Amino acid sequence: MPSRSEKLFPIFLIIPALAVVFFLVIFPLVWALGLSFYKYNVLRGGEPIFVGLANYIRLLGSEFIWERFVTTAEFVVAAVALEFILGFALAFLFHQEFTGRRLAITLVTMPLLVAPIAAGIFFKYIYDATFGIFTYLIWALTGVQVNMTKDYAMLAVVLLDAWQWTPFMMLFILAGLEAVPKHLLESAEIDRLSWFDKFRVVIWPTIRPLVMLALLFRTMDAFRTFDTVFALTEGGPGTQTELISITLYRIAFKYFRTGEACALAFIVLVIVILLTNLYLRMARRVTE
Amino acid sequence: MATTSRIVRRRSPVKRALLYLVVVIVCLIFVFPIFWMVTTAFKTRAQAFSWPPLFVWEPTLRNFIDIFIKRQTEIEAITGWELELATGAEIFFYNSIIVTFGSIALALIIGTLAAYSFSRYRPTGTDTLMFFILSTRMLPAIVVAIPIYFFYKALGLYSTHIGLILLYTMFNLPFAVWMMKSFFDEIPKDIEQAAMVDGTTPIKIFYKIALPQVLVGLAATVGFLIINVWNEFLFALLLTERSVRTVPVAIASTRGEVGINWGLIAALETLYVLPAIILIFLLQKYLLRGMTFGTVRGV
Repeated sequence: MPSRSEKLFPIFLIIPALAVVFFLVIFPLVWALGLSFYKYNVLRGGEPIFVGLANYIRLLGSEFIWERFVTTAEFVVAAVALEFILGFALAFLFHQEFTGRRLAITLVTMPLLVAPIAAGIFFKYIYDATFGIFTYLIWALTGVQVNMTKDYAMLAVVLLDAWQWTPFMMLFILAGLEAVPKHLLESAEIDRLSWFDKFRVVIWPTIRPLVMLALLFRTMDAFRTFDTVFALTEGGPGTQTELISITLYRIAFKYFRTGEACALAFIVLVIVILLTNLYLRMARRVTE
Repeated sequence: MATTSRIVRRRSPVKRALLYLVVVIVCLIFVFPIFWMVTTAFKTRAQAFSWPPLFVWEPTLRNFIDIFIKRQTEIEAITGWELELATGAEIFFYNSIIVTFGSIALALIIGTLAAYSFSRYRPTGTDTLMFFILSTRMLPAIVVAIPIYFFYKALGLYSTHIGLILLYTMFNLPFAVWMMKSFFDEIPKDIEQAAMVDGTTPIKIFYKIALPQVLVGLAATVGFLIINVWNEFLFALLLTERSVRTVPVAIASTRGEVGINWGLIAALETLYVLPAIILIFLLQKYLLRGMTFGTVRGV
């Protein structure tokens, strides 16, 4: 019969973790939820005025906000699709046996560890219209001098994201490929299955959960993208690359429309929760 | 994981050469921006602005000296922004290091304790709590940042090391709990059970028997926690002023400026990014695992 203190031991162990989550996540969130029903501007000060659902109604009725969600969706779909295709190709490349394979994988995964803000700032130099190396290479190949961050801003942002996150996609798919049982591949060879059938029957069922997980992970992260775009284009030119995270930042910390910012934050939060639930369900299935 | 299914095939020399060619091109594409950043750090202002871009030049160390030691030129005095960079880099690095290690120590202690409890004792509601802790990591940073900003101003935690450390502890906790639990789950429970029968206290079992067996996992976890905090930008931007600013904020302060001295920025970025990149050689084996909170074991 364990003593009282021994029974409580497991609880003691998790109390600090729960305290951190409570004070730094739950409490602020509840406070923000409350404020989202008020009209409050921190610069003007004064008492917050209760306005009910007015912030939500105004935001959801605003064409500008809907456009920002569309821009965000365009960015997410373009970036994740590109990363998925390239990641797949790279995974098959690195699934082959060759000398220096480990080193090559390490080199390719390096962008994952670069601070996104540093990458964003530096890609501005790389893309620069008058002396950037990217502009130079394109010019050398095609004779056209492009201004990426002005004329092809969305493409510039997507390429940066793909540079940084394709390796992530590749790692997932590679892990899936490595887990395909060898005897199944061998019997597929014996049965002389076509490449497509081999993929469909043997490879895809094994890698599918990992591919789904990778897609969801990237979708959620791409949805939250802030640092790189903030550094590279600041949402511009105009609002061409203004993702919802940047709009949120502007409302909250440029215009200091705090109540409205909290309301938008919760709209974003609901979307993220929906995505997260999808992810958690997948994750459970993968770990089981 | 055993690499059982990799395709081992004898290839013709032509196919072999082709394979290597593709691999080299792929590696070049992903490494090139980093390579370009490191080399730009060794260029003077004029060299960094040259068209066509210079591939051969006489490297200079001036940028690396300048970011630590103030050496103001006339142009810098007018534009103002470089003054901040050139005079302050050591402070920014100091802040980044303090905040990174402070928050990692906290997150690791708190997270490991919770992970051990979740893995060994499975108190009621373990699954719910685990997923709840993970879901905090899925919040867009800015959603939490708005209320935290006001709390910190009210509590006097705004622009303090402690404030940022606490916030990053929260930020890193899901990682620490999930990663450490996955490592605890992997070690056999027999020895601990035997010790329990012998009447060893639970605390002693934890740090004398369980902890030594997950040291490798602990090290891998530390690596990922370092990268998370080291690279974080938004919270640092919103919650700090000059004296507590971290390097990412200093790097970003050059946004929107014209006539940036790119060599100087590149030097600052190089010094900042390289430690994280070097970590990749140590963490390669755990890369996937770290990025999926321990849910995928990886190659």
